[in-house]
Amino acid sequence: MSAVQKIISRRKRQDFLFNIVGIACTLIGIVTLFALLGDLVIDGLARVDWEFMTSFPSRFAERAGILSSWVGTLLIMLVTASTAVPLGVAAGVYLEEYARRNWVTNIIEINIANLAGVPSIIYGLMALGLLVYQFHLGQSILAGGLTLAFLILPIVIVATREALRTIPQSIREAAYALGSTKWQVVRHHLLPYSTGGIMTGIIIALSRAVGETAPLITIGALTFIAFLPPLPVQTEAPFVSLEWVNSPFSVLPIQMFNWVSRPEREFLTNAAGAGIVLIVVTLSMNAVAILIRYRMRKNIKW
Amino acid sequence: MKQRSSLMFASVFAVLLAITGCGNKGNSGAGGASVVKIDGSSTVFPLAEAVAEEFQKEKQGKVKVTVGISGTGGGFKKFIRGETDISNASRPILKEEMEQAKANGIEFIELPVCFDALTVVVNPQNTWIASMTIADLKKIWEPEAQGKVTHWNQIRPEWPNEKIALFGPGADSGTFDYFTEAVVGKAKASRGDFTASEDDNVLVQGVSGNKYALGYFSYAYYSTNTDKLKAVSIEWEKNKVKEPVFPTMENVLAGTYNPLSRPLFIYISLKSVQKPEVKEFIEFLLKNAATLAKEVKYLPLPDKAYEMAGTRFRSLQTGSGFGGVPEVGLTVEEILNRPPHS
Repeated sequence: MSAVQKIISRRKRQDFLFNIVGIACTLIGIVTLFALLGDLVIDGLARVDWEFMTSFPSRFAERAGILSSWVGTLLIMLVTASTAVPLGVAAGVYLEEYARRNWVTNIIEINIANLAGVPSIIYGLMALGLLVYQFHLGQSILAGGLTLAFLILPIVIVATREALRTIPQSIREAAYALGSTKWQVVRHHLLPYSTGGIMTGIIIALSRAVGETAPLITIGALTFIAFLPPLPVQTEAPFVSLEWVNSPFSVLPIQMFNWVSRPEREFLTNAAGAGIVLIVVTLSMNAVAILIRYRMRKNIKW
Repeated sequence: MKQRSSLMFASVFAVLLAITGCGNKGNSGAGGASVVKIDGSSTVFPLAEAVAEEFQKEKQGKVKVTVGISGTGGGFKKFIRGETDISNASRPILKEEMEQAKANGIEFIELPVCFDALTVVVNPQNTWIASMTIADLKKIWEPEAQGKVTHWNQIRPEWPNEKIALFGPGADSGTFDYFTEAVVGKAKASRGDFTASEDDNVLVQGVSGNKYALGYFSYAYYSTNTDKLKAVSIEWEKNKVKEPVFPTMENVLAGTYNPLSRPLFIYISLKSVQKPEVKEFIEFLLKNAATLAKEVKYLPLPDKAYEMAGTRFRSLQTGSGFGGVPEVGLTVEEILNRPPHS
């Protein structure tokens, strides 16, 4: 066997070895995930039914449900999305398209990148001091939603900038050549083209926020709450009410945590049931993100 | 260009203000209906939840009750700021908390609501142990034991020469404070080389999985796991009963499971008592706590204690019977007979 062949076969062996190692590493992740999911489904699937979804928490495991916590989760996400999305997208557009490159923008950029890595409990402490005590928002849905909005804001900004960067420079130049203002370029070209990327980032960020417990516990989310926030629509003028944002709340992860730490073992089944609902919510949000990205990519050709 | 970006900033700022502005109207909570706000110890939570559930049912939604689990200390912080009506506590209020409350103009009524018995548990396969004295427990748990007392036969020579696996609650828990105070003689004085968890179910798993394990936690976690755990009877030289006592409902009610049975408390803000819904809630609690405590596997107080607590509540006697200094081994009558002071 010639020296060259030897080298080739050695390289091939290395390649094969790495292949095996890679498969093993991938399997560790996937098998763990499926084992966890399987365990959760076996423990809790029988518990998830209409009654479970429409009952308030109770001291009897078989009567307890997750109505107040899933409604709380939903409303928190609503506040979070409606704050973090406009702020984050606008900030991303500004930094990418408007801001001049100098040391100030550099500092801002570094800080945004760092903020994305700050532990969520820190956001909780910040929100407790600022939103709850300083702005007197109380332990409300508004305070909780804004806390999570702060948490995901850096992710939304980064996602927006990444999406804008993928748009070819020639598109901008062509629009300017036709006399467009910067705003017209952003409004008519950049935002429509980057919607897919931005939406994906937003949904990934929201599905991170949906599982957060620590910051919400810090600001004072409740564990037992057997009533729903007031309805956003009223029968009398002005027909819409924002009163619900001041309502106290609980969320799914907190309800789960409470059930897991109860002495009666029957509550573990409830916790598994709530876990299934939470995972279904997260996975369907991710599915929507993938769908949107696919649709948007298909429509754009340049 | 400059104008435009400042316009953008201004509009973003306006959005922020608009969003935060609508919260300033107040955090009265759920739209108009009266709300009783409870927070504090997670140990008291199951009872508070049970009372809240039944009370709301009786009021048919006219009164709303919320219960949080910020922990005894965290609950008192909110209570002292006037944010909650009732604070659950697994230990009496401390001196510094009383001082802060005074500075903020918060007066409170202290009521015991049920018992907890700290239960010392071993593995069911543990055949050598029948009872332990408080002195035995001190030998194991005192800070000086760290790294030195590691085998069963170091406590009593007739016990096996095997390594003890120790399990106990973490240092933030009221259970830890009470146990160390009762056994070692000083709150929070404990060895550090044991498996600590804030989740008592982890301790249950630990003790049930190791033949040579020893642990302690709330009675509720023992009584729901009697197939996996064995309770140790406790002997205390200062006790009126001169023999080992098991943690059972009868012994706790008779006041003989000492010094490891402890009362759990609620603190009611005097300002909140003026609200009819809070007053009704407390009356409801005093009437039903015994039944509901049993349902959530807790130990009720003797009937007489609920009567005494009711008298204290109705006559609005504020302050703590402990004066900010935690004590162990008191019967609930002794606690309620003391004139509370602030």
